[in-house]
Amino acid sequence: MVENRPFLVFFSHLVVLLGIVIIAFPLWMTFVASTHDQVTMLRAPVPLWPGEHMLDNYRTVLLEGFGTGAARTPLYVSLLNSLAMALGVCVGKIAISIVAAYAIVYFRFPLRMTFFWMIFVTLMLPVEVRIVPTYQVVASLSMLDSYGGLIVPLIASATATFLFRQFFLSVPDELTEAARIDGAGPLRFFKDILLPMSRTSIAALFVIQFIYGWNQYLWPLLITTKEGFYTVVMTLSRQVNTVDAAPHWNWIMAMAMLAMLPPVLIVVFMQRLFVRGLVETEK
Amino acid sequence: MNKRVTFDGKLLPYLLVAPQIAVTLAFFIWPSGQMLWQSVILEDAFGGNSRFVGFAHFAKLFGDAGYWDSVRLTMFFSFMVALGGLAISLLLATMADRIVRGATPYKAFLVWPYAVAPAVAGVLFGFIFNPAVGIAAWFLNKGIGYEFNYVINGNQALALVTIAACWNQISYNFLFFLAGLQLIPRSLIEAAAIDGAGVGRRFWTIIFPLLAPTAFFLLVVNIIYAFFGTFGVVDAMTKGGPAKATEIMVFKVYNDGFRGQDFGGSAAQSAILMLVVVALTVVQFRWIERRIQY
Repeated sequence: MVENRPFLVFFSHLVVLLGIVIIAFPLWMTFVASTHDQVTMLRAPVPLWPGEHMLDNYRTVLLEGFGTGAARTPLYVSLLNSLAMALGVCVGKIAISIVAAYAIVYFRFPLRMTFFWMIFVTLMLPVEVRIVPTYQVVASLSMLDSYGGLIVPLIASATATFLFRQFFLSVPDELTEAARIDGAGPLRFFKDILLPMSRTSIAALFVIQFIYGWNQYLWPLLITTKEGFYTVVMTLSRQVNTVDAAPHWNWIMAMAMLAMLPPVLIVVFMQRLFVRGLVETEK
Repeated sequence: MNKRVTFDGKLLPYLLVAPQIAVTLAFFIWPSGQMLWQSVILEDAFGGNSRFVGFAHFAKLFGDAGYWDSVRLTMFFSFMVALGGLAISLLLATMADRIVRGATPYKAFLVWPYAVAPAVAGVLFGFIFNPAVGIAAWFLNKGIGYEFNYVINGNQALALVTIAACWNQISYNFLFFLAGLQLIPRSLIEAAAIDGAGVGRRFWTIIFPLLAPTAFFLLVVNIIYAFFGTFGVVDAMTKGGPAKATEIMVFKVYNDGFRGQDFGGSAAQSAILMLVVVALTVVQFRWIERRIQY
């Protein structure tokens, strides 16, 4: 605080609070909508305060599903798919990135820089610019409608590799020397020294990548056609865009709540790791 | 860049990079090569035959007024998303920085939109602005008599997509601005205050210039987000409509290629988008290099 001007402090609080309220408004309306019955949610203006059908709505959505035909898949299936995808992407990305970074930092071998640049180039090839050919590759490997197809094409990661590379470069050489003198080979050094040292980086990356994996939309949209493999974000988007004379906003919004809840809780409760991961992956 | 102490191993390093390189080759580099190839060949609709057509797909694309509409729209959209998102988050971060003591609990309430998938953000805003039941649409229509229906009005649809995209990106910008603000030495600001500079003057002559590198970095990140990350917002809310009013370039690639089966045209569009990513990535990395030299 440079000067004591109570009005300015008050004003700052006011602006931030106002910002919070405006930013949270869509979330509040979603929650409110998920606690009423269908009839209430079809009359404008919709209520601003929660109703009494919360448990009912969530139970219906989670365990029974709604809609006609195949769309009527209970949401727990989609939630489990999203969880599998998010965890798969997280673990896969971290695993293959950390070993690749280890090889690039701690070994000298022909083609080392070629590999490094190949990994770097992936930054410039987001799935959005290679939609059709990537779909064709996955189709020719018969990975459509499978967890492998959802996960494997997303686990290559330049940012994660760079993060570990950066971290390994900051590890003092004396440590490596000491380990070598004590007779530790490269795998032993990696497992017993480097891996435990990277714990925080791994955790921070895990938080960021979990959100990334959970929130994927275009990729699952391309390669899944069976409801059994839909992720929760996809299921939600499909239900919203189903033309219906009397839309079930109460159920759709309960779905939206469930689609948001896991990543939001992770960000809020693991804020420190989340911020760290965010800043580190941008270095 | 390089370690002094390394391990020896003939086969081991290759085994260690193999998984990453395999995935990169199979799902990144090979499809991108295919994409570039598809942009210069014409495939028979029944498969099989394909012949080299040079830049015919590009020529057709550049002669298509619809494509230029999409390009202009994307430029305008990403400019608005970046500007809106940066302005709002800078305001919030500056205010939060003033109240350092309270900033931490406030932070938790400002970071969560980052965790919401763009497609879910599209659903949320589509709902509160829904012409039939949305509370915001009701307020606009009945409350202040402004006729609002984004389902049929293209400009309103674009505005809504922009708002949802900004909302989604605010927490990211906020965190980086706040971190940037907290790195500015207090002594600088105190010195300026002693010299008689008021709050506004201090902001524009000291804080803002020192924050410029952060702002520039965020500008690039936001443009990348607006170009590529907003597919979900558009697909869940407007599907590019009404009348292509929200058909941004990424959505058009998806729509023409995946839905319309126009592989050549879609691949040519992809190639152009790839140039955009390459340019933006280069700018981003140049910036990071410069920052290190400080």
